[in-house]
Amino acid sequence: MLVRFWGTRGSIPVALTSADIRRKVETALALAIAKGVDTPEKARAFIDNDLDFSIAQTYGGQSPCVEIETGRTEFLVCDMGSGARAFGGHVMAAQKSGPLVVNVLMSHVHWDHIMGFPFFTPAYLPGAHIRIFGCHDVLEEAFRLQQSAPCFPVDFSRLSAKIEFIKLEAGKSVDIAGYRVTPKLQRHTGDSYGYRFERDGKAIVYSTDSEHKLEDPAETEGFVAFFRNADLVIFDAMYSLLEAVSVKEDWGHSSNMVGVELAQLANVKHLCMFHHEPAFNDERIQSVLNETIRFEKLTRGERPLIVTAAYDGMEIDV
Amino acid sequence: MEIKNKTYSDVLVLSPEGRIDHANSEDFRNGLALFIERCKSDGERVVLDLAGVDYISSAGLRCFMLAEKQAKSRGGTIVVAAMQPVVKEIFEISRFTLVFDTFATVQEAIAKLSPVALKAYQA
Ligand SMILES: [Zn+2]
Ligand SMILES: [Zn+2]
Repeated sequence: MLVRFWGTRGSIPVALTSADIRRKVETALALAIAKGVDTPEKARAFIDNDLDFSIAQTYGGQSPCVEIETGRTEFLVCDMGSGARAFGGHVMAAQKSGPLVVNVLMSHVHWDHIMGFPFFTPAYLPGAHIRIFGCHDVLEEAFRLQQSAPCFPVDFSRLSAKIEFIKLEAGKSVDIAGYRVTPKLQRHTGDSYGYRFERDGKAIVYSTDSEHKLEDPAETEGFVAFFRNADLVIFDAMYSLLEAVSVKEDWGHSSNMVGVELAQLANVKHLCMFHHEPAFNDERIQSVLNETIRFEKLTRGERPLIVTAAYDGMEIDV
Repeated sequence: MEIKNKTYSDVLVLSPEGRIDHANSEDFRNGLALFIERCKSDGERVVLDLAGVDYISSAGLRCFMLAEKQAKSRGGTIVVAAMQPVVKEIFEISRFTLVFDTFATVQEAIAKLSPVALKAYQA
């Protein structure tokens, strides 16, 4: 089971600026000089072994879109944020023969989670079949609305693919693309839903745009049960704990610390921080990740928890 | 959850003990609230002495935030003192250091808050 991240940023897509790139190059070159890097081979090894991810690479800036490989001809993806544009290219390139089927699980219809759909090429392809699953009554309405005049040139009705909207219910499992999929209601303005995907004794949870009320033990227990023994939990860790319980209380997002605590309570194997704050640069996301790894060590029970921060293009083999 | 407490002039020192986590955070919160409610409304100062606390979860830290709000609305201040190394690191990672002044010892905290209380503490 391979998970591939096409978009990992929250709220609005962001891009590196020329100043950001320049700073990375400058830092990398200074370190390389100090290290005596003077051949292409040494340079490659230096990039791989000596440079921080935040200098050598980038977390990326596309909004949420996460593919779960199905091992079949059909595709499975969570959310249609701006990362869906590149995902669409991947689908077109990977599809060799037979009918093209894409299954989409929608956490909710806030703009950062639907904005990639008008740029999702398979939607324009006659014969393609796109099945959009979600728990919101307004699911179809939101997709149609964002592609209506005067905001977009191509009306939803002019898309050539067969596009189906399928309503799911929280707590009721369904079979999609070989996975047993269970939605869970989450605390977020207008509601959001997490999804637990199970197959061959493994479990992946996609839980974004979800605020956790720490004073409600029943709510905590509900999420511990939802995450229980998962091999991977993709978790909305947009804020610090301070922000989540003070100025940004009720903004509908969670923190790195609460992610670690819930994952530890639920005996999760791998916690992947997701829905990064758009105001954060690569260095900031990396330092939050380092702190979160440290927090996990400080609070570790019997079993260590792997902690990562998602980046556009990241693949996790579950 | 019992919270040990001692008053030095216009400074109240509260000394919780053990773990503050999801299991007992509501108790802790109620305990704190009672003390702060009893504070005089003319800006009493509170020192949270964490020397006896070996672990604090997000739910526990949230109680600090609520206590701070409550104290502020009454014109008071809360500072944190004598954190064990692990608790100190958790406090930093949570970013609570942006809201709370922290001190290595209770004495340093009291010294910063009130000279009169310091005298009482040293007596
Ligand atoms: Zn979002
Ligand atoms: Zn949202």
